[in-house]
Amino acid sequence: MSYTIEGTTGPWELVIGLEVHAQVVSNAKLFSGAATEFGAEPNSQVSFIDAGFPGMLPVINRECVAQAVRTGLGLNAKVNLWSRFDRKNYFYADLPQGYQISQYAHPIIGEGAVEIELSDGTTKTIGITRLHLEQDAGKSLHDQHPTKSFIDLNRSGVALMEIVSEPDMRSPEEAGAYLTKLRQILRYLGTCDGNMEEGSMRADVNVSVRKAGEGYRTRCEVKNVNSIRFVMQAVEAEARRQIEVWEGGGTVEQETRLFDTGRGITRSMRSKEDAHDYRYFPDPDLPPLVIAQSWVDELKAALPELPDQRRARYVRDYGITPYDAHVLTLEKETAAYYEAVAKGRDAKQAANWVMGDLFAAINRTKTSIANPPVSAADLGALLDLMADSTLSGKLAKEVFEVMVETGRAPGVIVEERGLRQVTDTGAIEAVIDEVLAKNADKVAEYRSGKDKLFGFFVGQTMKAMQGKGNPALVNEVLKKKLG
Amino acid sequence: MHPTDFTLAGAVAALAEGAVSAEELTRAHVDAIEALNPRLNAFITTTPDQAIEAARASDAKRKRGEAGPLEGIPLAIKDLFCTEGVQTTAASRILGGFIPPYESTVTSNLKRDGAVFLGKANLDEFAMGSSNLTSAYGGVLNPWSRRNDTDARLVPGGSSGGSAAAVAARLALGATGTDTGGSIRQPAAFCGIAGIKPTYGRCSRFGIVAFASSLDQAGPFARTVEDCAILLRSMAGHDPKDSTSADRPVPDFAAACGRSVKGLRIGVPKEYRLDGTPPEIERLWRQGLDWLRDAGAEIVDISLPHTKYALPTYYIVAPAEASSNLARYDGVRFGLRVAEKNSDLRDLYERTREAGFGQEVRRRIMIGTYVLSAGYYDAYYLKAQKVRALIARDFTEAFGRVDAIVTPATPSAAFAEGENSDDPIKMYLNDVFTVTANLAGLPGLAVPAGLDPQGLPLGLQVIGRPFDEETVFSVGAAIERAAGFDAVPSMRAGA
Repeated sequence: MSYTIEGTTGPWELVIGLEVHAQVVSNAKLFSGAATEFGAEPNSQVSFIDAGFPGMLPVINRECVAQAVRTGLGLNAKVNLWSRFDRKNYFYADLPQGYQISQYAHPIIGEGAVEIELSDGTTKTIGITRLHLEQDAGKSLHDQHPTKSFIDLNRSGVALMEIVSEPDMRSPEEAGAYLTKLRQILRYLGTCDGNMEEGSMRADVNVSVRKAGEGYRTRCEVKNVNSIRFVMQAVEAEARRQIEVWEGGGTVEQETRLFDTGRGITRSMRSKEDAHDYRYFPDPDLPPLVIAQSWVDELKAALPELPDQRRARYVRDYGITPYDAHVLTLEKETAAYYEAVAKGRDAKQAANWVMGDLFAAINRTKTSIANPPVSAADLGALLDLMADSTLSGKLAKEVFEVMVETGRAPGVIVEERGLRQVTDTGAIEAVIDEVLAKNADKVAEYRSGKDKLFGFFVGQTMKAMQGKGNPALVNEVLKKKLG
Repeated sequence: MHPTDFTLAGAVAALAEGAVSAEELTRAHVDAIEALNPRLNAFITTTPDQAIEAARASDAKRKRGEAGPLEGIPLAIKDLFCTEGVQTTAASRILGGFIPPYESTVTSNLKRDGAVFLGKANLDEFAMGSSNLTSAYGGVLNPWSRRNDTDARLVPGGSSGGSAAAVAARLALGATGTDTGGSIRQPAAFCGIAGIKPTYGRCSRFGIVAFASSLDQAGPFARTVEDCAILLRSMAGHDPKDSTSADRPVPDFAAACGRSVKGLRIGVPKEYRLDGTPPEIERLWRQGLDWLRDAGAEIVDISLPHTKYALPTYYIVAPAEASSNLARYDGVRFGLRVAEKNSDLRDLYERTREAGFGQEVRRRIMIGTYVLSAGYYDAYYLKAQKVRALIARDFTEAFGRVDAIVTPATPSAAFAEGENSDDPIKMYLNDVFTVTANLAGLPGLAVPAGLDPQGLPLGLQVIGRPFDEETVFSVGAAIERAAGFDAVPSMRAGA
């Protein structure tokens, strides 16, 4: 059953396409040597080129082009060996040149495709229309002074990839899943850090609604949405607004809108009539960008393993479920952590520990997989202590908690706290004899058929041994003694 | 001999022999500027103290045996080149007070080779004009005057009018210019000196205030073809800071000036015979071809069929690029800012640009904005790009048959202030012989070849294959030798 929104006239389908602006990971800007670090002092990373000074000229940054090509390859897209930069002309105080250099007519990357995973376990292919390189504008700060606006040009000239999808998404969930997948791919490739809070990834959301079986109706563009959750909310809010307009006998006008995250509604920013005439034309300061197929091949050969490939490998080589493989590959850092733990060990057990205890500890301690409370090596060592019967599962959990608290290695904790499990049958027998002697009445009850009491004896024995008894041995000896 | 009468090559030799010091040479030019610039207005900014200081440093360098190829040679710099620490105006109010914290590549190259800068030469505002009358700093007087009308104030041509007038009046041994549609060649012809626009990409555009990026090209002015060749060698060269600069070796252009033209095929394009061209221009052209034939060249009639579309094409492409290039002058970061209290950004833009740009610049921004607008782009800009390709193809085909093309440099001698200014189209026609070389990216040299009946200089133009400035110089030098042009302007240093 496909997703629809119920209006007064019946169900409506959604048609969604995304334009994602992803900041390229590079040391220098797209056309100048200035640095790109986030959070630097305002106007401290600005060359005369970025500030649009007279006589300054752009020179393309080779690494930014390589990053765009890598991304294109990661999106299974066509790499255009010939592309061109155009000027998009408009006036704004944070656009020093009075134009943005962007690949309007001839992008470096053509059509591609991304497979998204949905919560019901199905997958869907979303088409990529194009990816092009462009420069970012600066930032206007309107809240620093009662009558003046401040301009920060640190971002001016930073390389962006604009990734345009086909209008293939049909629900907020699909839009969210697409953005999640896109971010995952970019992070695996190392071409964008995907950090939406810092603005290094932003989405323009195109939404229209229609009745089943119709062609496309007019769409609206919701600009600059800066989280996956907000994208999903904006899709729904905008769809509901449009349904109301259509059902009220009105017509949806093509326009640019903004998502008010506080009120959960979209607001009109500018209508089609107010749309800028950007007067695009080829930038005469830059010859066409021509790259060699051999260079593309080199970049392709050096690409890291992508999420889809890695997931398949986990299912194949580690024997874990597709769902677990999906969860473990969502973040590149998680996958690296998992592989370090799983290598040479019980891969399923490793998956359970990472997804269970480790994730819980990360949540509890408000840390991240990149900076985990327990290192992969230590978790691996803990698993080894279980494998060689030094620790029971229960003891291992206890040790793990101490590891989270203290950051110490499991071996050290086991020694210090004497948490080593008892596997000496004689010692276990002695404790059990004592337990059975103390609870003669219960022994009698058990022997007269009250099987459930077995657990009671296990518990008493473990308690007496401070939990250090090897559970398998305890069971075995108890069964023997109780006859 | 007065030091301002040296040719540049002569001064290089005299300095090397110790016959004159850089300081003496520079001081003579500084004095000449002081005496004549109030009348000529060839300089917007003069830097006499810095020039003398640089000359002294040059003399010291020479003493240490470290003299560069242009050591101690005083030059005028068109005020479109950014010069570190020296006000750069582009002859526009909108750049008022702008002192660049950086140096253009061309002027850096000249400094590296030892040149001494006398100051910043006047020009048409943002290099838009053919008379130097659009300068916010006032027009430049052509040092030549009409025999029968000595009171007429003649223009030096444009846009590099100050550079040409300064060299003609012996206020500098050479000068830099830029040429987008004829801005070196037309003023060179009007002022009776030589000037070359090299192949597009030969000189870096880094640090030159942009007018039309796909057409702009820097080049030198001097009183001889050889002097231009010496200057160009220093100015040219690949620059990684300009993506359109050509990565190719810079030849010894001066050596090419001595090359024989024997056996060269010289093309004469029939489309450059225009109705209404004054007979003296026609005569001079024929004369030039005769000289070359006498020197052993073969004269070949050729056709450049799309020539008549060149001027309209130019006046679409150049303003289109200019409208975008000049968007950065917005009053936000540098130069002029005209703001009312409590007004908005749009108001700041409008007031600043209204006050900062002159009429011709505003006209071109309007034209350029129009031809790039939605609905007009295809009919104007895109069509112009296609025609531009056809014009370039005309030349490629012609250069299959000839080694160089010779045409008049301008359709007339220098005109007087007030003439041509009633109608912008009439003014634009000044570029009719020169714009084609810009559209096709080819080198074009103007060389003085004779006088009109009023005693005003007339020039011929030599156009060559891309990056074949050497042939252009050899043909230009041959015309120069045959013409024996030794007339001098009435207003000049030492006169």
